[in-house]
Amino acid sequence: MDLLSQSVGVSHFMVVGAIMFVSGVVCMATKRNALGVLMGIELVLNGANVNFVALSSEFLTKDTGGGIGLDGQLIALFVIVLAAAEAAVALAIVLNFYNNHATIDVDRADELKG
Amino acid sequence: MEDLHTVLPFLLGLAWLLPLASFTLIVLFGPRMGAHGVAASYLATGAIGSGFLLSVVALLAWGLSSPDRNAAMSQPAALEGHGEHADASGLDQQGLDHHGGGHHAVTPPRAYSGEWYTLGRFGKLKITIGYYIDALTIGMFAMVTLIATCIHFYAIGYMHDELHDVTDHEVTLSDGQHLRRPGRFHRFFQYMSLFCFSMLGLVIAGNIAMVFVFWELVGICSYFLIGFYIERKSASNAANKAFIVNRVGDFGMIIGLMALFASLGTFAFGDGVDDKGKPTAGIFSQVRAPANHYALQAPASMVRAAAAARVRAIVADHFQEDAEELDEAHLAAPAKPARKRPDFDKIQAASESEIAAEIADWREQGYGYWLLVIAGVGIFCGCVGKSAQFPLHVWLPDAMEGPTPVSALVHSATMVAAGVYLVGRFYPVFAPEVLLVIAYTGAITLLLAATIALTATDIKRVLAYSTVSQLGYMMLALGVGGWAAGMFHLITHAFFKSLLFLCSGSVIHACHTNEMPKMGGLLKKMPITGYTMLVGCLAIMGAGVPFLIGLSGYYSKDSIIAQAISFQQRNPAHGTVFFYAAAGGAAMTAFYMFRLWYMTFLGPPRDHHIHEHAHESPTIMYAPLIVLAVFAAVIGWPVFGVTDLLEQARPAGETGQGVLLASLAYPNEHDSHAPNIHMQATLYAFSTALGGFLLATVFYGVRWLNPNDVRQQFGAVYRFLLNKWYFDELYDAVFVRPARGLAKVIASFDRLGIDRLIDNLARWTRGLAGIDDLIDRYLVDGAVNLTAGWTYSLGRSLRSVQTGKLRQYVMLIVIGTVALTILINFASAK
Repeated sequence: MDLLSQSVGVSHFMVVGAIMFVSGVVCMATKRNALGVLMGIELVLNGANVNFVALSSEFLTKDTGGGIGLDGQLIALFVIVLAAAEAAVALAIVLNFYNNHATIDVDRADELKG
Repeated sequence: MEDLHTVLPFLLGLAWLLPLASFTLIVLFGPRMGAHGVAASYLATGAIGSGFLLSVVALLAWGLSSPDRNAAMSQPAALEGHGEHADASGLDQQGLDHHGGGHHAVTPPRAYSGEWYTLGRFGKLKITIGYYIDALTIGMFAMVTLIATCIHFYAIGYMHDELHDVTDHEVTLSDGQHLRRPGRFHRFFQYMSLFCFSMLGLVIAGNIAMVFVFWELVGICSYFLIGFYIERKSASNAANKAFIVNRVGDFGMIIGLMALFASLGTFAFGDGVDDKGKPTAGIFSQVRAPANHYALQAPASMVRAAAAARVRAIVADHFQEDAEELDEAHLAAPAKPARKRPDFDKIQAASESEIAAEIADWREQGYGYWLLVIAGVGIFCGCVGKSAQFPLHVWLPDAMEGPTPVSALVHSATMVAAGVYLVGRFYPVFAPEVLLVIAYTGAITLLLAATIALTATDIKRVLAYSTVSQLGYMMLALGVGGWAAGMFHLITHAFFKSLLFLCSGSVIHACHTNEMPKMGGLLKKMPITGYTMLVGCLAIMGAGVPFLIGLSGYYSKDSIIAQAISFQQRNPAHGTVFFYAAAGGAAMTAFYMFRLWYMTFLGPPRDHHIHEHAHESPTIMYAPLIVLAVFAAVIGWPVFGVTDLLEQARPAGETGQGVLLASLAYPNEHDSHAPNIHMQATLYAFSTALGGFLLATVFYGVRWLNPNDVRQQFGAVYRFLLNKWYFDELYDAVFVRPARGLAKVIASFDRLGIDRLIDNLARWTRGLAGIDDLIDRYLVDGAVNLTAGWTYSLGRSLRSVQTGKLRQYVMLIVIGTVALTILINFASAK
């Protein structure tokens, strides 16, 4: 448990990112509500974002010298834009699904099953 | 005129190409020319008429440009002494050992030759469109275009039936109806134009290859025109006969051409220059070299070709020498030989010089002469076919199946004239032995055809045999050394024979029958035709006041008989045959022509129905008759200078002595102008013709004797002649039937052998294809179907995985990812 005794570094952020990612995945896998699934997706994306930002932060990686420069932040920005776009499309799908089926239960959306 | 050598080719070339242009236009736009293509006739007539005008201009240009020669030529008969006009070059004094050696002997005829266009070049072989223009060419051009123009005008009237739909009463269809077909007015004139173009091309041709091309074109045109009423069995047979018989002759001609080209290396008549500007010798100057005083001798290349074995021996000799030299050099200095290979240049130079030295010797021994004779006889074979000489004369009488204007054209100015013209053109190449062959062919033809004409009752058939007989006359004249006499008769005959044919056409037009026994008494009904035909009959008979004046035939026939007498004096054995043939032919000519005229125009009408419906032909038909009648009467008069013109084209040099037949000696044609010979000839010609005429008058004119009595008296002879000496039957039995039998055998071989073989092959192929089909269906298709089946069932079994449950998918992704991570970790840990 030396993470607790160390000063805050990349590893800590990665732990936070990992927790967020796993929470998101669990959320996606368990929620029947489509909005819940969307939230899970946001968590997954942002968990990844935390990792990107942390690994490219000059302050955090100064000692180790293992940073990836500003690239990580740029990618994080892209991810945010992507997440926004994805949310818009997904919400539109959800609204349409609701219009047609009067529910947003993803288990009910099985018209394409084999 | 200095620039004659550019003006003449232009004028004559244009005259030659105008009919081609007319032909092309009619081919393309014929049916759309005016109502029913009537304008096609104007176009064709205009083209040939313009050609005539151009020819006349060329004739005038030629005449004006040589006043001195004309003056020297104008009294050839008066020149009894020879060698008075010794040429400035003094060649005469160097002594031609032939006596005679007249003033023409050393001056080559004035001729312009050149090339318009090179069609192709294959090694030594060069095919060009060229021209060879001398007085003969110009004379022929004027004659051909004039007669063709007259015939075109006549045909406009004669062919008017073709302007509308035609019902052909001679063709009965299978349903018993007569054939009804659209008129072919424009097509007639289209072929006429092509015919004129071909004939003029033949006359102007500058090399023998071009002659051959136009020779065949003339043949194909006559085929088209003789078979104009193609639906009639007889017409299509006659066309085929004309074409096939001509092929027989052309085969000989090709042999002659090959002999000439292979040994002389050129097709051109006249001298020319090659691409590098080096002068090249044409056929004429190779065979009759100026250095040899234009006497005929086998050219060096011909001698060399004939003595190929000797040439090889010489070359082999020099190779042997060179090899020995090489051996010696090798023995002298084995280490460093001067050379290793034979010295080809040296060997060639040495053999060439030795061969050149030997050539004269070889020529003395007779090498090359045979080649010359074969070339001559070969070329003459072509002329035999085209000019309907014995034994290929059978096609011409059948050629009357064509419309009458065609018969007139074929029989006078174009087709048959081509053969005689070519003999005249090729005269320098003919050795005395060849000329003897020509003379005999002519004599046989002359008698044969004349006897057949005595009994024929079809008006056109009489004229057709008369043509064959007159062509025999021309060949006889050429064959006994009468170059000018033969060509002169060609030209005069063209006029009166076209006149006679057009007259007979006019009669047929009026009577709608060809049979003379159904005519009679037509003179009052159609006086213009009758009297113009009388002029034609008198002209062909050679009527005239002896020693004073006569119709055209009087002059030309006299000169032929004079030449025959002159020949007889030098060669009694052969000459007697020729003389009697000529004299007998003259008597028979007079008899059958007047038999024709009396039967047609005098006496009581034999068929009243025909007589009542007979009428004079329209103006466009009888106007050409009058023009031609005038020409037929006067063209022979010395004032018009036809003989003078022809004299200007007389081939240089003498025919001289035979080599293979040493006793054969040809007199100079000028000898025949000697007063005693000329007088004899005139008397013979006049008395024989008069005899024939009187006999015809006794039988048919005043009818003191009944021809039927004679017919019964000589029944066998009569039937023999009526059946045309059974030539058709003979050829039918000897050639046609065996050929057809052979064809049948070969056809059955085809059917039983080849067809069956191919059928079996086809059956086998089908069987093989069946097996192939099975393999395809079961093996190839089976494999493909099996794969597809597997893929399908795999897909089916994988279907159940696709549940459509989103959460399940996410779970699977997570499980998969985790499993992968663990797997990779374990794998990398190892």
